[in-house]
Formats: sequence, structure tokens, C-alpha cells
Amino acid sequence: MKEVKIKTRDLTLFYGAKMALNSISLDIPEKEVTAFIGPSGCGKSTFLRTLNRMNDLIPNVRITGEVLVDSLNIYDKQIDVVNLRKKVGMVFQKSNPFAKSIFENVAYGPRINGINHKARLEEIVESSLKKAFIWEEVKDRLQDSAMGLSGGQQQRMCIARTLAVEPEIILMDEPASALDPISTAKIEELIFELKKNYTIVIVTHNMQQAARVSDHTAFFYIGELVEFGKTKKIFTTPDKKHTEEYITGRFG
Amino acid sequence: MDNQTDKKAFVFTKESLKKKFRWSEFLSEKIITGVAFLSIAIIVLIFFFVFKESLPIFQTRKKEAPKVEQVQKQEQYGEKAKGQTNTSGQEQYGVTTKDTMMIENQVQTADTVTHGSDEATFKSLAGKHWLPVSDNPRYGLIPLFVGTLKITLIAMLFAAPIAILAALFSAAFAPYWLRELIKPAIELLAGFPSVVIGFFALMVMATFFQNIFGYDGRLNAFVGGVAMALAAIPIIFTITEDALTAVPRTYTEASLALGASKWQTALFVILPAATPGIFAAILLGIGRVFGETMIALMATGNAAMTSVNPFESVRTLAATIGAEMAEVVFGDTHYNVLFLIGSLLFIFNFSLNALAEFYVKGKLVKRFQGKQS
Amino acid sequence: MSRRNSITGGFFIGLTAFSAFLIIAAIIILLTVIIIGGKGTFSWEFLTTFPYDGMMKGGIFPAIYGTALLVLIMSVAAVPFGTITAIYLTEYAHEKSKLAQTIRFAVRTLATVPSIIFGLFGLGFFIKFVGGGMDTVFFGGQLKWAQPNILWASLTMALLTLPVVIVSVEEAIRTVPRELREASLALGATKWETIRRIVIPGSRSGIMTGTILAVSRGAGEVAPILFTGAAYYLATLPTSLSDQFMNLGYHIYIMATQSSNVDQTLPIQFATTMVLLLLTFTLNLTAVIIRARLRRKVK
Repeated sequence: MKEVKIKTRDLTLFYGAKMALNSISLDIPEKEVTAFIGPSGCGKSTFLRTLNRMNDLIPNVRITGEVLVDSLNIYDKQIDVVNLRKKVGMVFQKSNPFAKSIFENVAYGPRINGINHKARLEEIVESSLKKAFIWEEVKDRLQDSAMGLSGGQQQRMCIARTLAVEPEIILMDEPASALDPISTAKIEELIFELKKNYTIVIVTHNMQQAARVSDHTAFFYIGELVEFGKTKKIFTTPDKKHTEEYITGRFG
Repeated sequence: MDNQTDKKAFVFTKESLKKKFRWSEFLSEKIITGVAFLSIAIIVLIFFFVFKESLPIFQTRKKEAPKVEQVQKQEQYGEKAKGQTNTSGQEQYGVTTKDTMMIENQVQTADTVTHGSDEATFKSLAGKHWLPVSDNPRYGLIPLFVGTLKITLIAMLFAAPIAILAALFSAAFAPYWLRELIKPAIELLAGFPSVVIGFFALMVMATFFQNIFGYDGRLNAFVGGVAMALAAIPIIFTITEDALTAVPRTYTEASLALGASKWQTALFVILPAATPGIFAAILLGIGRVFGETMIALMATGNAAMTSVNPFESVRTLAATIGAEMAEVVFGDTHYNVLFLIGSLLFIFNFSLNALAEFYVKGKLVKRFQGKQS
Repeated sequence: MSRRNSITGGFFIGLTAFSAFLIIAAIIILLTVIIIGGKGTFSWEFLTTFPYDGMMKGGIFPAIYGTALLVLIMSVAAVPFGTITAIYLTEYAHEKSKLAQTIRFAVRTLATVPSIIFGLFGLGFFIKFVGGGMDTVFFGGQLKWAQPNILWASLTMALLTLPVVIVSVEEAIRTVPRELREASLALGATKWETIRRIVIPGSRSGIMTGTILAVSRGAGEVAPILFTGAAYYLATLPTSLSDQFMNLGYHIYIMATQSSNVDQTLPIQFATTMVLLLLTFTLNLTAVIIRARLRRKVK
């Protein structure tokens, strides 16, 4: 196993009085793909959102335990959440382009970081779109509204937008769940390519997808981490009966 | 990919993840919160300044002290008024210039008149005569109150049933396309300037009603009331409609499942369930009519009479301010009394709004969440 | 179901339908009567010339100009403040905090305060307190600002229209999807950057609706400006903020109630009323349409 990038220790999360995550401890290795699977409502998305503190935005959320990114506890009072999110980027389930041009969507992150030089922005936008395998499709209409792209294109553009901030970790929350099979295949291919340079954590409800793209898989059930290990092992000889039942499709 | 790292806009280190103080964040939050406070501040300031300008009435009453002191005070007051406008100051306090003209005043000495007018001001507030510009000014608010209440009653007698029934039609019976026409149309009626409604009442409605009913005065409480109903209908309609559509669908379904027809459900289930909202609608409608100025100014005839006859002219509180404030001398008693009327209007309106807000909201929440035992 | 029951039902439904019909009929009659009464006098010249012969003849240009100036200054004051308050209520305030609830209550109260009270406040606060203070401090007691003028009238009107702006903008901000805010924050934008670059541009149509509704309201209200700046007749247009101004609504009121010969000027009055009515009607209609589109988009 490579170096550990994210490490959680006894991470517990409450929505008001309801416990949504129960004492999760997990090591996510660097520059590999880790998939979270489990039935809906099992806490996998909630867990993903704790990794860049997106849950901060929801009222009544209480978190105990630790999340260490590069051995730095991100729930420490001294942590700057804004800069943390530049380091830990996120791609959402529903593609969410801004009502701006494609160029401005991708340039959004760099602009916020104070880059306003036109040539520099163009360079970043181009390289980000290339990395997200969408440059060829949009290079002639960068000034068109991003809303005019197809669902799959929008999602890849959103990935490019995340890449433009140059994060080290990319969290993906069911990035292909709303897409057709061809677009899904493109996203999966992209994930495979991206893991050379980024640590990727992906939540998916699609088991085949987890088996195809990930190196490690964590199975969640009702707020608990049931099993975590090499994807190959989880999908062939899981330790827990529960995991096996889910993977073979007996529930969920 | 190799030259990627040195081009990075942002390098992550322990330092870079340290909590940062951002001036723009700090300032924007403080400024936005500060501006949001403005709404509260405006309400407080309105009450403070409107009430402040009416205060001298209460102050004159307090100094029922030795006579010498009182005279001195009045002299100062007189001077101040004179400094602002000479003619009015003389009308009010300089009895000598007028004594040849007015028989009433000739009987009294200068001292008693000034003395009388100050104390009388306060006492006359509860009186039946609103004669602010006579030589013995009297500020009886009773006819104004009666007039305002009368016109409010007439307006609500028209506005409330029509608006509530129309809202029921829109919420329970009208087909979708028709509702989508009625609602914007009433929104547009809400946007008609009251001066336009007042003009319409003055020029068209007044003559029309006179031809039907054959009364003497063209302008009276009835004409004003009907015109004000036009101003109150959109408010009552909108709030009632909201309350009716907020009734949970389970209520309707349960009633229909028990074999009740559509109209029975509307009348015996939806309407009662929405009563707190309808009550609020009526309260706000009353507030709208109570404070309406332009329609009252233009369509009621503006005679301050204490009568119950709906076909006689009335003068409302708001119209009195509107008609007289422009002609009044800054700082004189008449001016203060007009501000006092303003304070009363404001307090009344504020109470109505607060009542509609807290009482009704509490009831609605209880009802729909089933906490009512 | 019994026959009697269905007759009662039919009668009841008919009654509600009739009530709705009455309101619509009143709207149509009012519009028609005013337009019929006014269209004979209405012309391009009527809109662009000064009144003359003691306002017995001529047009209403200065009243239109004054009204336009009034709503312009008013918007400059009301729109930014209203927008910022709406941003506070949607983005910063916790829904259940005491402060937010108090602000909401204040906004609703402000919306129901009778317009004449704003006039009194304008007189007591802007003219006497602020204007008087300015004169004492800057002009050595010389009377310049402590009297009715277009600035005080506009600011008074801005207070009246503030809730209109707040409500419209707030509604629009709530239609900006949460996903866009999250996307922005996930890219490392701060809260203010997200508001400035995503939320405000996303609620442009709401800010526009709010402005249109406020302008319409401000153009039609007369009570607040009765004694804060409107003038009966002026031979020249206002050129400074300390000038008085003529106003469409006030013009109607004066001509219909105070003019020496009401009957002779009746056509002018109708035409003026028609101009004001059509102006506010068109503005409100625009706002209604924009809002309907916005709501449909959300669905």
C-alpha cells in the first residue's frame, strides 16, 4: 500500500440527536481510487462530505473524532476551511455548472485565487479541460454558456473546474449516477487517468463501477463501516457475510 | 506534468492551512448585518420622531405651576412661533390684533386666552369639535375617530366578504387557468395608486351613487368606503388565498372520502381550517383602510362630523394629517396635534400587525401540526 | 346527494364566482373609464409641454420629470439597502435566530405602516432633524435643507419601498440552488466571494422585479410627499437636490380638489390619471411576468 493521504479516527457525526456516522476509522491511500459503497442512507455521502468539511454548512451537525489530511487534523480550530477546500476538491452528484460561460466556469477557481492575467487563465482553462477529456469537444465554444452542454459534458466540465484549483484530493459524490452509459464510461476512464496525480475518493451506488475503477473499497451500512480492503478482495472473498450479501445483490 | 508543481497557484503546507483572517469577509459580514439592522432602526426612528413632534402637547399640560412661570414659558413659546412665521404667531397668541373682529375673544383678556388655549388643547382632545384654525382652536379627536371607524366599517363590509369569497373561488373551485388569471389581476389591482382610485371615486363613483341613492352630498363616507374597499380587497384576497391553499390536502381528501361534495368541503372544512389566516387578512385590511390618506382626502368630503349616517361626509384621521400638515406652522399646537394623530395611527397599525403576526401564526402552527388537543 | 343540497351548492359556488367576477369587473371598469376619459386629451405634446394659463391648459411634462427624478433617487437609496438586507436574511441569519425574526417582523411592519406616517417621519426626521442639523452645522443657520425638497421626498419614499425590494430579492435569492453555493465553496471560495460571484448574479431578475415594483409604488404614492417636497406648480424643472418638484399623483390630487376650476380642467385630470395608471400598470405587469417566469423556472 502507498502512503496514507487521509486518515480518520473514530469519526462520529450527529444530525441533531440522530447518529449518522458511528466511529469510522479508515486510511485512504495516496494517488489511488477508494470507493465507498452501501445502500442509500448508509452514510457514505455524509462521510465523504466530512473530508472537506462541507457538512459545516448544515446546521445542527456535530462531529467528534479526527480527520487527518497529510497528518493534519482538519477539524482543528486552527484550520482554514477555505484553503482546505482548495486542497480537497469535490465533484457533486448532480452536475452544477454556474450560469456563466464554459471558460468562466473553469476560470472561477483560479480567479478566486487572485489570478486575473488573461493568458495565464487561458492556459489553466485549457490544461484543465484537457485533463478532464473535454477540451476537444468545447475548445471552439469556450464563451458559450455551460448550461448548453449535455449532462455528461457538464459533469466533465465540473471536474475540469475542480482540477483548475489544483487540488491534491478529489472527492466524487456519485459523479455518474445521473448519466447515460457512454458518459459514465468516459467519466470512469477519466478517473483512471486522474489517479496518476490525484488521490480520489468516490461514492457510488453502482457496484460494477466500484469494481471497475477503484483500488480500495469501503462498505458502509447504517452509519457504520462494515468492511474496508482491496477492491479485488472485497468483491471476491469478503470477510463479512453482510458485505457478501450486499455485493451479490441480496439487499440494498 | 513536471512543471506543474512550480506553476501551482497555491502550495499546501501546514502554514497555508492555518486559519487566516480575511478583511473582506469580516467587513462584508459586519456591513451586511449592519444594513439589515436598518429595518429595525427605521421602525424605532419612525415611532420616536413622530411621537417626539407630538410631545409638546403633554409638556404644556404638566406645567400647571405658578402663574408667573407659566406666562414666561408662554412668552418664549410665542416668540419661537413668531420667529418662524409672524402671521400665524399672531393669530394664535396675539389676541390684540384680532379682538376687533371676533366677539368671542373680546370678552376674554389676553392672559386667559393664551392660558386657556394651552390647557384647553389637551382637554379638547377628547372633545367633539375639530376646529384647529378657529380663534379658539379646539382639537377634538372624537369626530375624526368616528369618521375613521365609520369608513373602515363600510369598507370592510364590502371588501371582506367579496375578497374572502373570491379567494375561496380561486383556491377551491376555479379551474387552474382561471386562477392563473385572477391572481395576477388582483396583484395588478394592488398596484393601482390610491390617488387614482381616489380620483375615480371623486369623479365617477360619487356621481354614480348619487344618481342611485339620491342623497345630497356627493362626497360622503359611503363613497369613500366603497373606494377604500378597492384598496383593501387585494390584501384580504391574497392573505386569505394563501391561508386557504395552506390547508393540508389530507383535510380535503378526508372530507371528500367521507362523501362530502366539493362545496361542502370548501365551506365546512377548508374555510374553518383557515380562519386564523382569514382573521389576519381582515386585520391587515382594516389597517390598510385605517391609514389610507389619498382616497379619504378625495372622496369623503372631509367634514369633521360626529354622525352615524353613512351618507354624510366624514373626515378621517389620516386625511386630517394630509390636508392640514402642509398649511400648519412648524412647532405650533396644531402641528403637534397632527403628529399626535400620526402617533396614534402608527400605534394602532403596529398593534394590528403584531396581533396578526403572533396570535394568528401561533394558532395556525398549532392547528396544522395537530398540537390542539 | 339530495336535490336541495346540490342547489345550495350551486348557489354557493356561484356566489364565490360572482365575487371574483366583481373584482375583475371593477378593475376593468376603472381602467376603461379612466382611459376613455383621458385619451382625448392625451398626446405626445401633452407629455412634453409645461402647463400654462394657471394650469388650465398645456401638458404635464414637469410632473413626469419630477416623478421620474423622485423614483430614480429613491431607487438609488432603496435598492442597495433592500438587496443587502435580503442577503443578510437569506445568507447570514440563522432562520430561527431572534435577530433575524425581529428583522423580518420589522420589514413586515414597515410594509404596513400607513404611507402618511412616512410623510410625517420625513418631516420630523429628514427635514427638521437632518436638514435642520445640516443648516446649523454647514450653513450657519441659513435655511437651505430644513425645508421640503426632492431629496427628502425621495428618501422618505425609499423607506416606504424598502420592504418591496427586500421581499422580491429574498424570494429570488432563495431560487439560487444550494448546489451552486456548494460548488463555489468546494472550489475554495469564501462565503462573501460566493455571494458576490454566484448568489447576486443568480438573483438579478429578482433585484430587477423588486426595483420595478418599488418604482411603480414610488411613482403612485402621494401621501408621503404631500409635505416633504411636492409642489403645486413650478415654472422650472428641479435642478438641485434642494429644489421642490412636481409629481404626477400630487398633480392629480391638486387639480381634482384644489384647483379653481375643476370642471374645465377635467379632461386634463383624466389624461394625467391615465398616464399615471398606465405607467404603474405597465410596470406591475412587467414585474408579474418576470416573476411568473422565475417561478416556472424553479419548478
